[in-house]
Amino acid sequence: MASRKVSISKKEVKHIAWLAKIELSKEEEEVFTQQFNDILSYFRKIDEIDTAEVPPTYHPLELENVFRPDEVVGSLPKDKALQNAPRLKGSFVKAPRIV
Amino acid sequence: MTNFFEATASETALKIKGGEVTTEEYISSLFERIKKVETKIHAFVETTEKAALSKAREIDKNLREGKATGHLCGVGIAVKDNICVEGIRATCSSHMLQDYVPPYNATVIERVVGEGAIVVGKTNMDEFAMGSSTEHSFFGPTRNPWDPERVPGGSSGGSAASVAAREVAIAYGSDTGGSVRCPASFCGVVGLKPTYGTVSRYGLIAYANSLEQIGSIARTVEDCALLLTVMAGHDFRDSTSAKVASKDYRECLKNDVRGLRIGVPKELFAVGTQEVVVKNVWSGIKRLEGLGAACEEISLKSLEYALAAYYVIAMSEASSNLARYDGLRYGYRVKSDKGDWNLVFSQNRRQGFGAEVRRRIMLGTYALSAGYYDKYYLKALQVRTLIKRELEKAFGKFNVLIGPSMPILPFRIGEKLKDPLEMYMCDVDTVPANLAGNPAMSIPCGFQNNLPIGLQIMAPPFREDLLIQTAFTFEQNTSHSKQTPKL
Amino acid sequence: MKATLETKIGLEVHCQLTNLRSKLFCGCSANYRGKEPNTHMCPVCLGLPGSLPVLNSKAIEDAIMIASALGADISSRTLFFRKNYFYPDMPKNFQISQYDQAGGVPIAAGGSVSMGNGKKVRIRRIQIEEDPAKLSYEGTIDSASATLVDYNRAGIALMEIVTEPDLESPNDARLFLQNLRSILEHLGVSDGSLEGSMRCDANISLGEGRRVEIKNISSFKEVERALNFEIARQKSLLDRGAEVKMETRHWDELRRVTVSLRVKEEEHDYRYFPEPDLVPIAVTPELIDKVKANMPELPEMREERFVEEYDLPHEVAQTLTGNKRLADFFEDCVKSYPDAKKIGNWLVSDFLRYLYEAGLDIDESRVTPDHLVKMLQLIDSGVISGKIAKQVLKEMMTTGRLPDSIVEEKGLRRISSRDYIESEVEKIFKELPQAVNDALSDEKAVNYLIGELMRRTSGKCDPTLANEIVSSKLSKLKSKQTAA
Repeated sequence: MASRKVSISKKEVKHIAWLAKIELSKEEEEVFTQQFNDILSYFRKIDEIDTAEVPPTYHPLELENVFRPDEVVGSLPKDKALQNAPRLKGSFVKAPRIV
Repeated sequence: MTNFFEATASETALKIKGGEVTTEEYISSLFERIKKVETKIHAFVETTEKAALSKAREIDKNLREGKATGHLCGVGIAVKDNICVEGIRATCSSHMLQDYVPPYNATVIERVVGEGAIVVGKTNMDEFAMGSSTEHSFFGPTRNPWDPERVPGGSSGGSAASVAAREVAIAYGSDTGGSVRCPASFCGVVGLKPTYGTVSRYGLIAYANSLEQIGSIARTVEDCALLLTVMAGHDFRDSTSAKVASKDYRECLKNDVRGLRIGVPKELFAVGTQEVVVKNVWSGIKRLEGLGAACEEISLKSLEYALAAYYVIAMSEASSNLARYDGLRYGYRVKSDKGDWNLVFSQNRRQGFGAEVRRRIMLGTYALSAGYYDKYYLKALQVRTLIKRELEKAFGKFNVLIGPSMPILPFRIGEKLKDPLEMYMCDVDTVPANLAGNPAMSIPCGFQNNLPIGLQIMAPPFREDLLIQTAFTFEQNTSHSKQTPKL
Repeated sequence: MKATLETKIGLEVHCQLTNLRSKLFCGCSANYRGKEPNTHMCPVCLGLPGSLPVLNSKAIEDAIMIASALGADISSRTLFFRKNYFYPDMPKNFQISQYDQAGGVPIAAGGSVSMGNGKKVRIRRIQIEEDPAKLSYEGTIDSASATLVDYNRAGIALMEIVTEPDLESPNDARLFLQNLRSILEHLGVSDGSLEGSMRCDANISLGEGRRVEIKNISSFKEVERALNFEIARQKSLLDRGAEVKMETRHWDELRRVTVSLRVKEEEHDYRYFPEPDLVPIAVTPELIDKVKANMPELPEMREERFVEEYDLPHEVAQTLTGNKRLADFFEDCVKSYPDAKKIGNWLVSDFLRYLYEAGLDIDESRVTPDHLVKMLQLIDSGVISGKIAKQVLKEMMTTGRLPDSIVEEKGLRRISSRDYIESEVEKIFKELPQAVNDALSDEKAVNYLIGELMRRTSGKCDPTLANEIVSSKLSKLKSKQTAA
């Protein structure tokens, strides 16, 4: 199943977990590293096809210039907007400290 | 009142408008049915009996007063739990959104409710639409009505199962890499993924923006076409929405395939496709030939790379789309914030997301990261161009392309959970349509040991008419759609 | 503190497009200042699951106008990109912005802004992006136990204008920002007097030292302060032989220091990719022409017009047009007072000086064009002298009272009574015989006597009469001496 063997290190996996803000247990570091190696090796299948001079397709539809006018449509009432917020302080959303 | 759940949506709307049955009676019968079979299949995350009955009574009142009623007057609809219905939880079958209640309606909900439909409940899915079996659900798997030891397919497994089990006649699903067509195939029902941009994504909780569309699931092609008619059309709230005029897709329900040119890409019958699937799909194609169509085997080489390209793109987009789940404005939050925002976010996300979701987020992050962007993300987008071009070329010669929806029969629950890649392989036949944006449909074409097999039809962009006409003809001239699971 | 090391400063300026009524990607009202937190939100700007952005068309027009005014090249096709990073002020944990690599094209690139001292600052790129939410703390950023988030500002349209590191001192930075603000205000796209409407990040390096980024400079006023602090900090490190770390520091406005946020610059990986929920913008030549045709008068053009129309000296015109409100003030005055040159002179010298001394912005001072015109009329009619008028101006600035009421209350009327002046002069001549003697032989010493008279009359003495009476008294004495 693997086309080209990829070897991603545990260190890289930890860095990615840091970028993606997902905490990893030691066990998960092991398991994910191994799984990622397999999956990424499969992904490298795309190397086999020649794409020189081929432009990337970001959108399947070729739309351009979609706008809305500069008009006020209105907002959600505060209670509705914050109805799912786990922690509030007065009208503020309470977040963890910065440092 | 008996067996009202057997009726199609089209029939039901007529009966209700014609006064043969009240909406309240009909909706009550649906909930009776749901109560009877839900324990066996677990299609729903949440049902909304009280609200639905209240709405039913309102519609009955309007009918008595002779007020406007809509194409789906009184019809119950199941909605995949990644589509926002105001006031009802939208969990995406995830611990992360277990208690999340959207304060707004998705456009497709506004439209379907505007035509008189009643939301009966939110259906189970693979968490954040990431999966092909509805086993990756925080609330436990949905079971295939044809064999409860087997998966219903995914990620819209709950929607397909609820339709197959006759809990509802129609359901909304979403299709990013096959998530409407796969469960439709496994559950022996009809599933349609429209052309990208046909249906608004406003209110669809995003997994992969450039790949996904909300689709219709039903037991008949007519119902599928009716639901598509209701939900399709330009939406100013979605910048990627195509400027298509409103259309009644029921006009395409013609029993006629004379002169239809069918291409059969051999790449859709790749290694790993079960013999019984090959047999039944080809038998379906031959049936269409017998009705006047012409078929030809072709080779579309780029399709071999579709699966890898799809996953790179989907995971990359997902890694960004799911970044918003940090537990601040909504979503799972640890009991107490011990530490800085970095730590708390990381804990919320670890505990809120299941393993498959975490895997895909990290892989997507990797594919977009410095040093790997060109190799993975950009390269995948280039492969996408090649696939799009090759399909365009094929459609220059053929009206539709046909192949299997799924390479295999519905498998046992737990069978494919060991190796993520094994599960990914299930999408091999469905992903090309998502990559290129083409419309595609799955329709039952046979059974093996009472397990359904699906035939997939693909058409050029904005040619749902070809899909519907081909599928309708097939349906009218075979009896697969008439089979029902014993529940 | 003068930096003897070569200082390189680059600025990343963020200006809100305050002329827009709604936010950049949704229809929430952009008029959020002073409102209760979290009341200007919708699914889109709050980043609720399932929400989608739709671009405000006027933002593109504004961007084209700004790019034209700065002489930048406007892209014929521009895209939005996602800048992916987590932070408590980010509703989606990515910012919809623009990028100039990986296939990205910002709305404009190139152009320049003059600093008014002959130097020009080159612009690297101009792009559109959305503002994050506003964070506040109970205490300071590094001591607070929680962070408070107000999403009202999230999604407001921002223009990001990035310069090349052409600035050589904090003063340069101040001049650049002043001129940029004037341009944006003349265009009518951004009002710098609104709190938080113009913010800045700075990149600064000294000599061979590493580049430090300073974030969270909340207004243009703070920029000079932040840069001065940072230069001093870096200098002292370099003087001690210590290394300047390449890092991001946070400007703490209250304590007036930069604080290390302990995030390594190298670890940021924004994973830019095109925003899949938005489509490319094709900027047609027709659109650019339409925007250019409707462009308001720019400071440079206004400066030329002031020189021509009002016959102002070049430097005066330049100073006036360097601040839109000042230029508007000037033209308002000229409507009801014929001598534009006089107005110009008053504005660029004493008026600006008193503003600076009082720490006021022109819109914070209580002086209106009407005030100034009335004051000049009092001078013209001889009620007060030019010197006294300066006092009046200072007083008007903080109290907003009209000049005649100030003059009456403080008894500042010019003294024109001959008898009174003569009696004062008599006293001076009696008390300062040495000075009088000097004055008989030395011209310059006469001024001393006149000065003394002015001092004793608190400057209110009519200078012409003062001169006349003192001189005449001196010449009478002289004649007596020669006669004797």
